[in-house]
Amino acid sequence: MSRAEERRVADTGVPRTAHTGAPAGRAANPSRPNPLWALALFRSELAITLRRWRTLALLGVLALIPILIGIAVKIETSDGGGFGGGRGGAGEGPAFFPQITNNGIFLVFASLAATLPVFLPMVVGVIAGDAIAGEAGSGTLRYLLVAPAGRTRLLLAKFTTTMAFCLIATLVVALTSLVTGALLFPLGDVTLISGITVSFEEALLRALGVAALVALSLVGIATVGLFISTLTNSGIAAMATTVGLVITAQILDTIPQLHAIHPYLFPHYWLSFADLLREPVYWDELVKNLGLQGLYVAVFGSAAWARFTAKDITA
Amino acid sequence: MARIRPTQVADDGFWDEERPSRGKKAARYAAPVAVAGIAAATIGLVPALASTGDPNLPKISAQELISKMAASDAQQMSGSVKITTDLGIPSLPGGGSIADLGGAQGGDASAAPESKLMELISGSHTLRVATDGPEKQRVSIVENAAEYSMIHNGGEIWAYDSGSNSAFHATAPKDAKAKGDHRREMPKDLRGATPQEMAKTVLSAVDDTTDVTVDGTSRVAGREAYDLLIKPKQNSDSTIGSVRIAVDADNGVPLKFTLSPKSGGKAIIDVGFTKVDFGKPKAGTFDFTPPKGAKVTEEPKAGHKDAPKGFGSKDSKDFKDAQGALSGLKVVGEGWDSVARLDTPGGAAAPTTPGGDSGPGGASGLLGGFGKEVKGKFGSGTVVSTRLVNALVTADGKVFVGAVDKDALIKAANAAK
Repeated sequence: MSRAEERRVADTGVPRTAHTGAPAGRAANPSRPNPLWALALFRSELAITLRRWRTLALLGVLALIPILIGIAVKIETSDGGGFGGGRGGAGEGPAFFPQITNNGIFLVFASLAATLPVFLPMVVGVIAGDAIAGEAGSGTLRYLLVAPAGRTRLLLAKFTTTMAFCLIATLVVALTSLVTGALLFPLGDVTLISGITVSFEEALLRALGVAALVALSLVGIATVGLFISTLTNSGIAAMATTVGLVITAQILDTIPQLHAIHPYLFPHYWLSFADLLREPVYWDELVKNLGLQGLYVAVFGSAAWARFTAKDITA
Repeated sequence: MARIRPTQVADDGFWDEERPSRGKKAARYAAPVAVAGIAAATIGLVPALASTGDPNLPKISAQELISKMAASDAQQMSGSVKITTDLGIPSLPGGGSIADLGGAQGGDASAAPESKLMELISGSHTLRVATDGPEKQRVSIVENAAEYSMIHNGGEIWAYDSGSNSAFHATAPKDAKAKGDHRREMPKDLRGATPQEMAKTVLSAVDDTTDVTVDGTSRVAGREAYDLLIKPKQNSDSTIGSVRIAVDADNGVPLKFTLSPKSGGKAIIDVGFTKVDFGKPKAGTFDFTPPKGAKVTEEPKAGHKDAPKGFGSKDSKDFKDAQGALSGLKVVGEGWDSVARLDTPGGAAAPTTPGGDSGPGGASGLLGGFGKEVKGKFGSGTVVSTRLVNALVTADGKVFVGAVDKDALIKAANAAK
């Protein structure tokens, strides 16, 4: 199915009868599309995004990472020794790695901690950067705007799609690592990082919460990517800028002299999802992270709206 | 005739069907600017609003406040403690500092508490504490995606480092409580890092060189508190400007401890609750079973040569060295102006020539790099300064250390001559 055809599919949801001769007045709004139709636009956007080979390849890479980590840890510890037993400075390794061999569920946390700094934001950056600029670049944006959706609705659909993709990408990592962890390592009661043991069911719930938090950690960069996407007609440029921003922000986050701006960098609280694994849960940074992501969504979302609704569509 | 309006949705304008004019276009950018502005204002104003309005509390004398602290018997509490230390220890490139070196040295991949204590010496850390009577305590250091916990429950002391998945186990001496020595229960523990313990230490040192006053009130972790201000008397040479302890007005528990240098600027040590709850901690808070596969280190029995991993043996050797060195330790001056005098045997620190490969020569070369050369009646020496402690190493191998200024050290050295 070609892209143009898919667009047509998207447009079939439009209640065309609504427009015949309706006055442009604001009093009665018989022609206002019902909310379900807005959902249809989102659904078609999501379907188009997920059906692209590029997206599938990205998700495939994401799914591969937990498997690779799991196999690597399995091989490393197959001689019976604990992880990092040969090295002197245990504890300097990546987060949660030492616990994987004893409980497969830690593979979920380890994989999320490993993919959150680079892979996840990169994938989200590609999707978000492509959202508007990709359409403009391939010349489909103006046809999309011919549909009686309005730019704001289209932007909202794109935004929702990107957000949904954040969740999908995170869940892909979480589920593959859970399956890999269950296959390669034992499962059972989980010792949280505070040293308190909880049942496996509760740990699963916390893992779900962690996945949700990781997905929410990505909405900031996703919105920034969407904004950048409205600035240019080149999908590649938008993707590259977004991914570049991810890297730049993380470098800035490591420079101690810039500590004054650190709390406002979107990746600053990313690893705070681990605070959900403390008992009692340490909410401070979790709340800060969510607040910061919300701030990025509000600022860059409204900026994207201002730009996109005022933009001259030339392609 | 009906107007022909191709695929247009009548709407309320928000959905932007009419192409907006140029001015309207520009106006839309006000939205993100406004959002950013509101956010900035909120971030700027909320802490300012929260910090205003010190509570109005009935007047209380310093003596009454101290006895209130002494009578305080809050057995059950839990909360978060933020500890910020800025000793002014020269930091090394890469954000590390000398204190980090010490921590790394003691690290040895074991979950023993000593190395963790060293980490607290620099920077800012969050601790979480919980207490339920004298038999159950818990302190954990919140780290990035990891946590270091010390759990004391009855006769058992556990330390668990989730970063390396290793645990440390020791048994509390049974007779410790009978001796009335609370601190022996958790030897070398982290409890010394809570505001209560710090306040205790300072108050036990109060003598007639000290001014103790109640200096207003404050709000700490949402609770109303009196501020107890402890200062060395006017003519003191101490580098310590003041110690301020915020005492809960309700139950006399110290909530915040601040040690400020006389030179001004940021506090040297700032320990305070950011959250505190005087209810019973949740059941299970003090239970610990080492997780499967965790590496457990037992506390080496004192004096046993077969202690694991060179721990005890190394310590005892260090201890002997330290004992040898400490044999020359004398304290001159009193109260805040105390200066410790240390005679290193054989004037080991004498050569100030830099560039020695190792040993004392190298060490004093390093000293020369950090310190400043001074001269006096005692001869010449090097002063190494931090914001709290100054040390004078003389050319003939004497070391004077104290929380006093440089001149007081030179005076002490002259007097010793």
